[in-house]
Amino acid sequence: MAHIELRNITKTFGNHVALKNLDLDIADGEFFVLLGETGAGKTTTLRLIAGLEKPTAGQVFIDGVDVADWGAAERDVALVLQQYSLYPRYTVRENLEFPLKSKIRRVGDEEIRERVARAAKTLRIEHLMERKTDRLSGGEMQRVSIGRAIVRKPRVFLMDEPLSALDAKLREALRTELKDLQRRLGATFLFVTHDQIEAMSMGDKVGVLNHGKLIQTGTPKDIYDNPHDTFVASFVGSPPMNLMEGRLAGGRAIVAPKTFELPYDGGAKSGGIGDDRALTFGIRPEDVSLESDGPVHAKVHDVENHGVEKIVTLRVGDTTLRATVPARTELEIDQDVRFAWNPKKVALFDKASGVSLRHAG
Amino acid sequence: MTQIELRGVQKFFGAVQVIKDLNLKIDTNEFIVLLGQSGCGKTTTLRAIAGLETIDEGDILIDGQPVQHLKAADRDIAMVFQSFSLYPHMTVFENVAFPLRATRMSKADVDTEVRAVAKVLQITHLLNKRPSALSGGDMQRVAIGRALVRRPKAMLMDEPIGALDAKLREEMRAEIKRLHLKQGSTTIYVTHDQIEAMSLADRIVIMHEGVLQQVGSPQEVYAHPANLFVAQFVGSPVMNIATAAVSMVTSATQVAVGGEGHAFQFPAALTGQLDAAKGENGSLAMGIRPEGVLVARESREGYLPVEAHIIEPLGSYDIVDLMVGKQLLRARTRSGYVSGPGERVWARIDPSQAHFFDTVSGKSLGVRL
Repeated sequence: MAHIELRNITKTFGNHVALKNLDLDIADGEFFVLLGETGAGKTTTLRLIAGLEKPTAGQVFIDGVDVADWGAAERDVALVLQQYSLYPRYTVRENLEFPLKSKIRRVGDEEIRERVARAAKTLRIEHLMERKTDRLSGGEMQRVSIGRAIVRKPRVFLMDEPLSALDAKLREALRTELKDLQRRLGATFLFVTHDQIEAMSMGDKVGVLNHGKLIQTGTPKDIYDNPHDTFVASFVGSPPMNLMEGRLAGGRAIVAPKTFELPYDGGAKSGGIGDDRALTFGIRPEDVSLESDGPVHAKVHDVENHGVEKIVTLRVGDTTLRATVPARTELEIDQDVRFAWNPKKVALFDKASGVSLRHAG
Repeated sequence: MTQIELRGVQKFFGAVQVIKDLNLKIDTNEFIVLLGQSGCGKTTTLRAIAGLETIDEGDILIDGQPVQHLKAADRDIAMVFQSFSLYPHMTVFENVAFPLRATRMSKADVDTEVRAVAKVLQITHLLNKRPSALSGGDMQRVAIGRALVRRPKAMLMDEPIGALDAKLREEMRAEIKRLHLKQGSTTIYVTHDQIEAMSLADRIVIMHEGVLQQVGSPQEVYAHPANLFVAQFVGSPVMNIATAAVSMVTSATQVAVGGEGHAFQFPAALTGQLDAAKGENGSLAMGIRPEGVLVARESREGYLPVEAHIIEPLGSYDIVDLMVGKQLLRARTRSGYVSGPGERVWARIDPSQAHFFDTVSGKSLGVRL
């Protein structure tokens, strides 16, 4: 159990700035997901907390104590990686016992047995205990890796893309399992991923990292409903938010260059936004609807069939945007359609900076 | 205008049978997707049609003519692979023109053909470049161009966009679909990605362990899976499957999952349909997709009280795990509809979206309510 805080962390590798002025606060018992693309600085953040890297500037606190001088072992964190790194000639049981048999830990035999049994039960791997790890499936191996972390009762679990190497169905199943596990243990989890679905579905809080900077932190709902900028808007959500350039004029959104216009109803928020300001409009695909008497004409560019619903790419001139429609909607490529959007759900971003006008204050 | 037919095709690799008695008829201009996990026999099937693999038994017919003894080059079929396999020392033009070398076509005609294909694929501006200067998507466009330029009888594609990143994959998928609509050649496309299959195919052919599981339109395969394998392979999140006990109570049928006392109401017609299909308690499973589990926040007629467990917010909707007795059912709800784990809610199964399977054979009993 632990509260983790990073204060003004900067980390450079030679000329490369991996992290810049990073502040991060992870509450005790929280499932925190750090989301970002390859090279965003996610793994570096994790390694700094684990004590495998030293920050160039700034401080790391675990339960309010500056741990700058603590080695990785003293920090008592458990790392679960994408590669399982189990001992192949050992059985599952031996793999689970291994971290407890280290001399510095001095855990009694009775307690080892108890902890291993409890971890096996939690992860539903009791039937695999006497099997050698090279005879396990990917999902089973990842469960054992997590088991090796659990038996140690670490203060914090750090997980670096632990599901990325698994196939889609298994990933889907382990997502809920992992979240369930974290709730039952009541432990602090820091989970790193590039997959926004994992971040949304598992995190109590999500931090979006881009080029070493923390762009936004919030609940999945905050981030989805109110993205800080166009980067977050297009990164979180599948399909991503539609982004189109334009400006406001007399309460209407004019999508440039003179492609089409639609009503905008931002309430009081739109007050004070000059008609000349260059904007980027954002609208989620579920807030775009096909209507036979909709105000704008478009052609169907592509249809992605998900069974439960279809995602239609619409083309208006050179602009394309996506709409989510019910599965029973029959659509042909190049069909003529008309569409509308929900004028209350349009997000406005400053075109130059990309920052949401709501966040810009 | 090309029909392709497989009749009783068998293929062994040593002692392992990779294609088991495969029968399939593909119509002119049809877009067929072979869908399955790695090792299911889909690529072997494709290669057998192309003539890159021999078959041990059965017939492969192109326009009614058996071709299993013909060499690949004599079958007049073009193949596109995941790896682009372009000639690095040739320009894009030379790469696309390459298959025409052997045809004794005049230089002017070659030029016309290559430019026509390049225009369709929007790679005209790249014709003088070398493959090393191209992006992944453009390389695959060139590979497709090289396949198209011969005007083959059929196009076979083996995970052609599997190596591209997500965004480009989407773009190329749309292009392949448009190209097919424009050119209208018989196409067989292999993938393990069900969204790709659902989005591209006229008909999907689902394979598992060398055995054809189901052939049908995307809609059919999704709404009426033939067996448990198809039911759980197509669709995300995966379809809920629960052992079911069915009983008749006055004018309705009850379906209990997760132990006694947790019975969902179904129309009385279900009993008759199950009897006709010889579906018996003890080997009966109900399948329901997350969107077929209806959730209410207050008690309603026909709804069972259940407890919400883990909630996965996915932006435009949530996936909520519900505990019905000992059975976990995943439901799809509006975003934020169920506030948190532990909340008591009420659930019902939409009878028109429910499936019933024989758990021994795995086959769907074909119940439609």
